Amino acid sequence: MPLDVRQDHYKTRLRGTPFHERTAALNLNNDWQRWAGYTVPNSYFNVELEYFAIRNAATLYDVSPMIKYRISGAEAEAFCNRLVTRDVSKLKPGRVSYVVWCNDAGHVLDDGTLFRLGEREFRLCSQERHLDWLLDCALGFDVAVEEVTWDIAGLALQGPTSCALLRRLGLDGIAELRPFDHRDFALDGHEVMISRTGFTGDLGYELWMDPEVALPVWDRLFEAGQLHGLRPVGSAALDLARIEAGFIMTGADFVPASHALRHTRGRSPFELGLDWLVDFGKGHFNGRRALLEEKEKGSQYCLVGLDIQGNKAAPHALIYEAQSVEVGQVTSAMWSPTCKKNIALASFRRPYGDSIRNDLWVEIYVLKELKWDKLMARCKVVDRPFFTPERRRATPPGDY
Amino acid sequence: MSGGYDVAIIGGGHNGLVCAAYLAKAGRKVVVLETAKETGGAAKTEAFAPGFKVSSGAHLLYQLHPKVIADLALETQGLKLVADDLATVALGRDGEHVTLRGGAAEGVSPEDAKAYEELYARLLRFAAALRPMLSQVPPRLGEAMGLNDKFALAKLGWAIRKLGRAEMREFLRIVLMNVADLAEERFESDLLKGALSFDAVLGCHLGPRSPTSVLTLLYRLAGEASGRQGRIALPAGGMGSVTDALRRAAETAGAEIRTGAAVTSILVEEDRAVGVTLDGGEAVRARCVVSNADPKSTFLCLLGPRHLDAGFVRRVHNLRNRGNAAKLHLALDGRPEFTGLNEAELRGRLVIAPSIMEVEEAFNAAKYGEASPEPAMEIVIPSLGDPSLAPEGKHVLSAIAIYAPYALKAGWDTAKEDFKSRLIDRLCGYAPKLKEQIVAAELLTPADLEKRFGMAGGHWHHGELAADQLLMNRPVPGAQQYTTPLPGLYLCGAGAHPGGGVMGAAGMNAARQVIAREKR
Repeated sequence: MPLDVRQDHYKTRLRGTPFHERTAALNLNNDWQRWAGYTVPNSYFNVELEYFAIRNAATLYDVSPMIKYRISGAEAEAFCNRLVTRDVSKLKPGRVSYVVWCNDAGHVLDDGTLFRLGEREFRLCSQERHLDWLLDCALGFDVAVEEVTWDIAGLALQGPTSCALLRRLGLDGIAELRPFDHRDFALDGHEVMISRTGFTGDLGYELWMDPEVALPVWDRLFEAGQLHGLRPVGSAALDLARIEAGFIMTGADFVPASHALRHTRGRSPFELGLDWLVDFGKGHFNGRRALLEEKEKGSQYCLVGLDIQGNKAAPHALIYEAQSVEVGQVTSAMWSPTCKKNIALASFRRPYGDSIRNDLWVEIYVLKELKWDKLMARCKVVDRPFFTPERRRATPPGDY
Repeated sequence: MSGGYDVAIIGGGHNGLVCAAYLAKAGRKVVVLETAKETGGAAKTEAFAPGFKVSSGAHLLYQLHPKVIADLALETQGLKLVADDLATVALGRDGEHVTLRGGAAEGVSPEDAKAYEELYARLLRFAAALRPMLSQVPPRLGEAMGLNDKFALAKLGWAIRKLGRAEMREFLRIVLMNVADLAEERFESDLLKGALSFDAVLGCHLGPRSPTSVLTLLYRLAGEASGRQGRIALPAGGMGSVTDALRRAAETAGAEIRTGAAVTSILVEEDRAVGVTLDGGEAVRARCVVSNADPKSTFLCLLGPRHLDAGFVRRVHNLRNRGNAAKLHLALDGRPEFTGLNEAELRGRLVIAPSIMEVEEAFNAAKYGEASPEPAMEIVIPSLGDPSLAPEGKHVLSAIAIYAPYALKAGWDTAKEDFKSRLIDRLCGYAPKLKEQIVAAELLTPADLEKRFGMAGGHWHHGELAADQLLMNRPVPGAQQYTTPLPGLYLCGAGAHPGGGVMGAAGMNAARQVIAREKR
């Protein structure tokens, strides 16, 4: 960890990532976004075109600000099992797992990815910072937890041609990488860990490397990417792709329990449609008792996908039953260019959205030349993901 | 493996024994597992020199709960008091002293005496309003609040409201303030003010000017002896006789008591406490487990954090439980002479706290991990009224000294002897010939108390008695009603409401919870 981050952080309002020199040069829109103390491009040239590059070619997204923790020690597995709701003993070295972790009340603190680097070593990537929580979780365990956000630069290489691009770079065995596998590769002699993970719901990879080699790796990728349509993309385009993929985002689709001032704003995994992540059979984990009780008594909320009539996106819209009783709220919404549907993620007060799915209406306000148009659009609850191409899971991926 | 018990109680301190007696009386099959060779915990009479015995932990009875005495018929089990209305004698220089008994103050100006009488009566009234809470399960706040909790909270509110508008206002004004301000508002005598502030801070990490020190004073005054509130009693045969009576009460009721049985862990199966394991590997199975050990030891050592949620572990870990008081025992080859005190006064509770400032300055050192250069002390010479404690013509002196921080910067190994002679010198300032009379001396620092009595942090009360660690916050939210996050595990010690002192209320209340929640 560089000393200036620890002690002089206040002197620099927002830090550039290890790729900043390149991303800044490419950011024609000069459109930036704050992410965990860093500044990253929100868009580079055109959000729609960037989005289409994700679905039709290859894209690079700078994920360096992602919070990363190194978890190591004899009881690293036991510690992770105590932290997250999934059974980590099933996670083998070389694999990645999507996980959530809860507070005592069973409310989700964050979601993220857990990389198993070895028998006794893990890496946890998350949206929010959790060092205090992780250290408190570590009491009584033979484990060391340290934040390594600064030590690892990350790039998401996503899109149908991403595998072909990496093959062009001579990465032997990249095509054999299954979804949620990770492996170390040498790229021009630089060590790069590549995981077949991402936030787009498409074929894609994430590349993790020492910040020292960030720029040479970026340059090599762009050089090789020319024939594969490689474009840099910002957070706005990524957000569109992740909604199509049906992924929830911390802070957008739920409030992390540690940020919720009101106890009732917390959401359990059951209330976020993440029942499949909760394993009651593995022994105690944080929130287990509260979640068991909730399972018995029933959850208060549910999170579902919506298909909304019309083509007007409905972010944060209220949802009514029979156009009169307020029953829920849209958390993320967009017009999906790929599905040609007006889609949304929404949180409902049960039983609405769960057993009562008829006669649901979304109240959409559209600003047209400084005049609000209000419309009530019928919506129906649909399965997620909204878009899931075969290439996402195919191993080896096709040569696009 | 042994088993078939309804309840296994970890620790045979006074609360463990009270809890065992109540549960056994209710027909439960109970086993008490005590590490030491004798039951009693920190309420014990022990020999510290050949022929000399003393209450090695607590040495005065402020608040043994009358309901416990009556329900368990402790008087027929051998509980006897040598004195039940000990005077407090605040020692000054050159034999000057102030004697306090009940609301009467001698050795002060008529104005001070009148003001003391008024204040004492008022504090007793306020403490009496809190008193019903002692024998109650405290309410649980927040989302999970049930009807019982609302009722308990309303009862507390009503008890305070019932004081009357003016008195309630005064109660709310002083309840969280510091004792120095309270004393300085009224009195001119330094000795009187010093003694009052000493009572408020004894055993806590508080100085007279620390906020909430009035609350601990009220807590102390909420107790009673021989049916009279606020009195201080001295048990015959030392504190061990109280716990001996409790042990007999528990055994008479049918509880099994095993000494030399050190519990090393709590057994958990299917997310439920199902017994304990002993040093040596023996497992003692029971339908539920009640811990008389302090909360940190119970949750972090015996149970282990991995059976608990991290938020709860965080709260337990952050519990303030660093003791600040040391215990001094002196074996004397004659009757000690304190300058200016007559025989009756010598049999009282002597206090060295010459002024608020001196106590506050003693506390200053403790804030920074140092022992007080001029400690404040509470002294009793129990052998004056109880010849069983020392050979004929000889005496024992028992004193509690503040402040002696648990986490002493210099480390107790090196500083102990120095602190011991500092205390003896301090005593000699009031009893000049004492030094020549000393046959043997024993000092128990918080580190020693931790080791001897198994109390984490060497804290007499198993955790600070402070506003944020009392009532429904004791020991921590999530374990405030003797229940714990782990089904089948209960607390019954001083770490639980209502806290420390040889009171027995925690044990009694815990037993009530176990009976209500655990089917036979």
